Amino acid sequence: MAKVATREAYGKALAQYGADERIIVLDADLSKSTETDTFKQVYPERHFNMGIAEGNLMCVAAGLATTGKIVFASTFAIFASERACEQIRNSICYPKLNVKVAATHAGLTVGEDGASHQCVEDLGVMRSLPNMVVLSPCDEIETNRAIKAAIDHDGPVYIRLGRLAVEAVHDPDNFEFEIGKGIEVREGNDVTLVATGLMVQESLAAAKILEENGINARVIDMHTIKPIDKDILVKAAKETGFIVTVEEHNIVGGLGSAVCEALSENYPCKVLRIGVEDKFGKSGTPAALLEKYGLNAEAIAKKTMEAMKNK
Amino acid sequence: MDKQKALELKKIATRIRKHIIEQVFSAKSGHPGGSLSCTDILTVLYFDEMRVNPKDPKWADRDRFVLSKGHCAPALYATLALKGFFPEEDLKTFRRIDSYLEGHPSMSYVPGVDMSTGSLGQGISTAVGMALAGKIDNKDYRVYSILGDGELQEGQVWEAAMAAAHYKLDNLTAFVDYNGLQIDGNITDVMNPEPIADKFKAFGWNVIVVKDGHDHAEIKAAIEKAKTVKGQPTMCVCHCIKGKGVSFMENNYGWHGTAPNQEQRDKAIAELDEYLAGLEA
Repeated sequence: MAKVATREAYGKALAQYGADERIIVLDADLSKSTETDTFKQVYPERHFNMGIAEGNLMCVAAGLATTGKIVFASTFAIFASERACEQIRNSICYPKLNVKVAATHAGLTVGEDGASHQCVEDLGVMRSLPNMVVLSPCDEIETNRAIKAAIDHDGPVYIRLGRLAVEAVHDPDNFEFEIGKGIEVREGNDVTLVATGLMVQESLAAAKILEENGINARVIDMHTIKPIDKDILVKAAKETGFIVTVEEHNIVGGLGSAVCEALSENYPCKVLRIGVEDKFGKSGTPAALLEKYGLNAEAIAKKTMEAMKNK
Repeated sequence: MDKQKALELKKIATRIRKHIIEQVFSAKSGHPGGSLSCTDILTVLYFDEMRVNPKDPKWADRDRFVLSKGHCAPALYATLALKGFFPEEDLKTFRRIDSYLEGHPSMSYVPGVDMSTGSLGQGISTAVGMALAGKIDNKDYRVYSILGDGELQEGQVWEAAMAAAHYKLDNLTAFVDYNGLQIDGNITDVMNPEPIADKFKAFGWNVIVVKDGHDHAEIKAAIEKAKTVKGQPTMCVCHCIKGKGVSFMENNYGWHGTAPNQEQRDKAIAELDEYLAGLEA
């Protein structure tokens, strides 16, 4: 099956669900990159370019939402979640308005644009905002359903999307998505890899390497960072005794932190956090970056095995 | 404006001013200076212009108002209470732990508040969003917003200004409460935002200078003029007096965010009562 970037899946999903006239899409001079252009081609009258002014964009989205619109506010993750963070907090989350911040180009795999554009803090920043739901889908069908779920959810949603084309994890014909419900994508009882976004694919590949080394790893696709699925985590902790979190994000504040919070309060268990180790990214190809930052399948398998030896 | 209407508006504005003093005194905190400054704009909007229904605060076809300078909540709350959105006696609960009258306006809690504000520069952008929605839906409602002059130092105001002109939002009328003072002193000393009218003109707005931002007839005339302009948002640059109506607060930036003590409260209320008595005589 052809690889598809979650940003592309987002653009297509907007066009697919766009017949709902409440849907308005705002972009900040990036509609070809965020792929909201796909929506614009079908519904030009409901797509508005707000120019390179992300703070204003978020608040215009809020104003539109006060009149009953469902507003998708799109730009790169770095500008959405960090430059416009306080606008999202005060004008969207505080009044609990129906704005969906769909942020593309998240993580290191933005690639050659380098550190200034590689957002590895958004999950942490966004999940600390009251009223915000935080989604981080891994493939095309999951992105499609995440967008549908965001439309149906009454209130703010942050959706983390990537630039890099990725392979499918889920079977489009047999897939159920519910906000707050993680998905077990591989059975196993020796260790659990809890991954999000395109780290689900890398973790599944890592699980194969682990299998060759006699370790049977469970893999969970944690597409919702907030509210985090406590039940699936507690079950995994009980049954596998060791949790490894894998994210294309700083190990501070994101999935790893959310998992540690949930487990330490409900079923304390040893956790290894794999992610960007509190550093900035740099220019390079996505593959080279994942290797350099220890986020490809080989590195995930190696770190997991080392941690299991010392368990 | 006929004499009877003019007199009625003067009385309402004075009652709003009394409520501002009482709220800030009761809360022992808040922003009297700027609230007194924008009182007359609010008076004209809610009592001689805006299409609102206090019995149906979320009415889809209502005119909208966004207090971009959200710290002047006491003025907005007093206006809304007098208009009948909620009981006047609730005003004295302003800023208390068990009150819905937050220090800065919250649309989630306060009937009649169309947008939560408080972080400067954001309100005008949300007003742009409301006006854009009106255009998308072919609705004839209008959107109003009041900004502080110090607020113009926020870069986002100019992002919003650009967007409003770009999308030709002639259903948006905004006001700058141009009293020349902010917390740290004169706006021109802190960070000069002038020339204000020229800046908005350059950003593509229709600009009306209101020479006396406390003259109800002049404010009303500006609003009426704005409604006739096609293809452009209108900015009414209103020359106002910070602390207007209370002698010792006027033109004194020390009253930006300071509550009066008992003696000061008594003096302020006495002045306003005297003025009110004069109107009623």
